[in-house]
Amino acid sequence: MDKKISTALVVDDNTVNQRIHRKLLDNLGIQSETVANGKEAVDVHISGKNFDLILMDLEMPIMNGIEATRKLREMGIRSMIAGVSTRSLEEEKQEFMKAGLDDFQEKPLTVAKLVSILHKLNRK
Amino acid sequence: MDLVQLQRQFVDYTTSLFNEGFLDDQFNQLQQLQDESNPDFVVEVVSLFFEDSERHLNELTQSLEQQNIDFKRIDAHVHQLKGSSSSIGAQRVQKECINFRGYCEEKNIEGCRKCLQQVKHEYVLVKNKLETLFKLEQQIIAAGGSI
Repeated sequence: MDKKISTALVVDDNTVNQRIHRKLLDNLGIQSETVANGKEAVDVHISGKNFDLILMDLEMPIMNGIEATRKLREMGIRSMIAGVSTRSLEEEKQEFMKAGLDDFQEKPLTVAKLVSILHKLNRK
Repeated sequence: MDLVQLQRQFVDYTTSLFNEGFLDDQFNQLQQLQDESNPDFVVEVVSLFFEDSERHLNELTQSLEQQNIDFKRIDAHVHQLKGSSSSIGAQRVQKECINFRGYCEEKNIEGCRKCLQQVKHEYVLVKNKLETLFKLEQQIIAAGGSI
């Protein structure tokens, strides 16, 4: 049976990306919230909120995506976390994956890439 | 100009923007996201891009005029600009940002200053092109047509 994905958190410091990612999710019937950095992503979970999917940017001020992913996993957050970044250095991508990602997609995010992430979530 | 002529002009103009490298497929992706619930989505996102870009370009101009150049800060702004331009399909702006980041990494002040001028140049070009495209769209809609 397919898992129903109804909520997502967009973690990105870029307002253009925030808007596009939210629209991508909205068009697939997924409600979303946005935060501007890793620390805000952690804080929103500390406040008690939970999401089926987290779209995590890598390079952000205050707390980057690698640190935030690591922290969320240490907190026991089992949501699907998909790294979404323009950074293409293999080393950095590996570090990001090791921090606890379930998937990684290169920006810019498209419908096809998001659908691919969701299929992975369903198989999780 | 009648509706058919306007629609032809719109198609030709859009094609030229892709052929000349101003826009890439990501712009098509944005257009495909637009729907009845968000009929002005593309204009909304591109307007965000304009606001965002102008803020970063102003910051970059000021930063490169300082006595002590903070390359980390400059790189952060260029990274943002690269991200936004990539997300809306502004290919030529994105490419200049990639060059710019290279000079930041090398801490090459002259290189950075030259790149800033290039980025500004490409940004102004794509902004004018997109504003013309949106004006054409509005004319078509006003004439009772659709895109």
